[in-house]
Amino acid sequence: MTLILLIALPLGGGFLAWMLGRFHAQAARWVSLAALGAGLVLALNLWAEQVGGEVLPNDGSWLVEFSRAWIPQLGISFHLALDGLSLLMIALTFLVGILAVGCSWHEITTRVGFFHFNLMWVLAGVVGVFLSMDLFLFYFFWELMLVPMYFLIAIWGHERRIPAAVKFFIFTQASGLLMLLAIVGLAFVHQRHSGELSFDYFDLLGTPLGGVTGMLLMLGFFFAFAVKLPVVPLHTWLPDAHTEAPTAGSLVLAALLLKTGAYGLIRFVVPLFPDAALAFTPVAMTLGVVGILYGAVLAFAQTDLKRLVAYTSVSHLGFVLLGVFAWNELALQGVVMQMICHGLSTGALFVLVGALYERTHTRDLTRLSGLWAVAPKMGAMGVFFAMASLGLPGLGNFIAEILVLVGAYSVNVALTVLATFGLVAATIYSVRLVSRAFHGANDGAWKFPDLSAREMVVLGVMVAGLVWLGLYPQPVLDAAAPALSQLLPVMPR
Amino acid sequence: MSRTDLTALSPLLVVALAAVAVLLLISVRRNHRATATLTLAGLVLGLVSISWAATVTPHQVAPLLIADGYALFYSALVLAAAVVVCLLSFDYLEQRGEQREEFYVLLLLATLGGLVLVGASHFVTLFLGLEILSVAIYVMVAYARSSPLAAETGIKYLVLAGASSAFLVFGMALVYAQTGTLEFRPLVAQLSAIEGSGLALPGMALMLVGVGFKLAVVPFHMWTPEVYQGAPAPVTAFVATVSKGAMFALLLRFFAALGPGEARPLLVVLGLVAMASILAGNLLALLEQNIKRLLAFSSIAHLGYVLVAFLASSAFGDEAVTFYLVAYFVSTLAAFGVVTVLSDNEREAERIEDYRGLFWRRPLLATLMTGALLSLAGIPLTTGFVGKFAVVAAGVEASLWLPVSVLALGSAIGLYYYLRLVVVMLSSLDAGAATESAADSGRTPADPGQTPAWPRAARVGGGAALALGLLALLLLGLGLYPGPLMDVIESSVSPLR
Repeated sequence: MTLILLIALPLGGGFLAWMLGRFHAQAARWVSLAALGAGLVLALNLWAEQVGGEVLPNDGSWLVEFSRAWIPQLGISFHLALDGLSLLMIALTFLVGILAVGCSWHEITTRVGFFHFNLMWVLAGVVGVFLSMDLFLFYFFWELMLVPMYFLIAIWGHERRIPAAVKFFIFTQASGLLMLLAIVGLAFVHQRHSGELSFDYFDLLGTPLGGVTGMLLMLGFFFAFAVKLPVVPLHTWLPDAHTEAPTAGSLVLAALLLKTGAYGLIRFVVPLFPDAALAFTPVAMTLGVVGILYGAVLAFAQTDLKRLVAYTSVSHLGFVLLGVFAWNELALQGVVMQMICHGLSTGALFVLVGALYERTHTRDLTRLSGLWAVAPKMGAMGVFFAMASLGLPGLGNFIAEILVLVGAYSVNVALTVLATFGLVAATIYSVRLVSRAFHGANDGAWKFPDLSAREMVVLGVMVAGLVWLGLYPQPVLDAAAPALSQLLPVMPR
Repeated sequence: MSRTDLTALSPLLVVALAAVAVLLLISVRRNHRATATLTLAGLVLGLVSISWAATVTPHQVAPLLIADGYALFYSALVLAAAVVVCLLSFDYLEQRGEQREEFYVLLLLATLGGLVLVGASHFVTLFLGLEILSVAIYVMVAYARSSPLAAETGIKYLVLAGASSAFLVFGMALVYAQTGTLEFRPLVAQLSAIEGSGLALPGMALMLVGVGFKLAVVPFHMWTPEVYQGAPAPVTAFVATVSKGAMFALLLRFFAALGPGEARPLLVVLGLVAMASILAGNLLALLEQNIKRLLAFSSIAHLGYVLVAFLASSAFGDEAVTFYLVAYFVSTLAAFGVVTVLSDNEREAERIEDYRGLFWRRPLLATLMTGALLSLAGIPLTTGFVGKFAVVAAGVEASLWLPVSVLALGSAIGLYYYLRLVVVMLSSLDAGAATESAADSGRTPADPGQTPAWPRAARVGGGAALALGLLALLLLGLGLYPGPLMDVIESSVSPLR
């Protein structure tokens, strides 16, 4: 039941927020906060149980499970399950959700109720994706999170929001359809072998797949996740969507939606198609490295702050792709860390840029300079998250990227060496960002209030998270370890 | 005729009697509300009588009609759609000063034609049903006599439908020449008995022209946008659903009886037709500025999707076809329902611009329209999603990789124009941010004087509201919990193969 509640809380909260928002905008915000807070408490409670050693009997890594028949005619069940990996992602989801409500407190003044409805439904979709253990259900949630996200961009976005929203929707939907074909194909291959039609993840695991069939089906899944992650050259929707989305939209997009792609790779692509994934490894790792370097170079060239941060996402998530296909314990631990740390650090950068935009109505780096004198708190935060982004030791991102690189080194030395240059490039664009925006003379004669207490709280939580993950990442590594060690043997190296 | 025969035909009889009763009522006293009520009662009674007819299934009535679970399921679908159209038409006609009452006679007759089609087991009944349906629709399409567009549309439809009927009859004649029978079952047995199909194959190909015209699949689709645009919105809803659905039910029944050897050459053709419909429908819809024409092109694509499941020619495929048709009925009726209630006596709400900012003026209608469009696009939570999933599953099961890939491509293209409409409904009435924020903070909605006068904020009448509410419920309910309906479909399509 806890699992149902985890999905129902944002769904119900969102609906309530919409209804109350018609009468009172503030009520929508508080209702959303309360629902998400309750979800976070539930998730942390589950984490405490895991630390306490409570797992399901005979089922190594799974903590909670829920299964009911849904469409029995097609072998579809409402099957949810949670292990350490999903748990971490869900805790991140609720945390980021709360921050998203926090950072749009003043930014969103129109149609507040409907805004929170959409925000909460995106989060519900994300939670559903992290919990689904039935591929039909997974696809259901996968698509479900798109529509409200589309609304978030199309209604509350910036000037060119409509093309960006449409591009986002069509990219993800078209790749999703390929995944749908692959899901159905996989289910029928399984039916041919076992005589039983089922979309259950555990039934489909270990389906014997021939070379070409396996590769095609694997590519169907890979495409959907690669668009979400995003993998160069399927990334072009991302800068547009990020740039045009409202702050909360960018935050949720960067911190959560991209992670569903990474999660899908770990949970579905490799375990369901180990042979095809093994054969695909060199290509995928190369794409990862290309993403790391390409994203970094483009980030360096941007003058729009949001686009800059968006391209750093492309670069950082290249590490995720590299790590997933390295498929050893170190690399996967690094991937999990990267998913969380990127969520916090990049999310925070979007919040900062959003706050800056709220005050100056520009995101143009050529017009912004010398802001440290105007807003020292903002400057300090900017430096902190830029440092996190470049992988400063002591912050979470460093742990994540080092783990991925060490893990990948044992699989492919040349690519790992190339990937390391991504860290150098990250230093360059991060330093450029800070020196352009915050140092130098205040040429634009900017004058605006510094970060408010509310914004400091939002960013402070992220600072605390990154410092904690940088100094003492063990709890997170421990939480993910059982799930990962369960997954590791499927693709032996 | 035995008592069982009468029981098995009770839905048909009820609707036919209702048509006569409505005619008599009109001749005694012209009253729009009474006529509509009587019509509604007849249709609902017809629906109720299906459960009575179900007690004797399967039952063959003469060689002409069959009342099996399959026929009854589609009868229920046709009648339910007719109920919705009837409810929508009342408010629509109420606004218009012309003679309204005869419309209901035609509606009942067209429904009767649909019922005959879905129960046909003989080419004669096929033709009979088709003609009852078509002739009634000729008049319904041109019902707004005062407008030149209606007359033009009526003539267009009449000529094209007449020509396609001719093809159908000629095809039947050829098949008859070869096999000596017009009854489905003996005919199929004859076909498999003879070596080389002779005249039968060209005959059936000609019949497909007639069928293809009714279904509006490429290359017989040219009439669709014209008729959709020119006909009154409730009639368009009827043409888009009942007329196509009943024809498809018949096609499925005939092909399911046909052995794989006889069906294969035709299935190859239908495969090409399906792919062409999906691509042409979706591509042509991209540039459309008129919402009724847009939905016309989208319906061409949807029939293409259904054909993909049809090509699977398996029991699972039949179920997928049936489920998809139900989903298509619900979504299409909902979309045209919104168009209908937004129309007024000057013109119909058919321009995309008419929908600008609908979300903020008429939130409920806009939400329903969004739901219908998302359902047509196959997005989760809606019944269209489950339908599309079933179709894809049927296609993949039969290894129809090419048609299924075209389907995926087509729905990706389709998203673009469905979303364009949603975006228009979401955008603010004018670019000025001031009005936007005033309308949004929930205080006073934008002054109607400032907003474009179109479409007028007419109140949605009780009947239309009931119909739309029902459709909204189905749109969501069948999307979330399709199990029970699938059970019903599974048992009702089982007599086919």
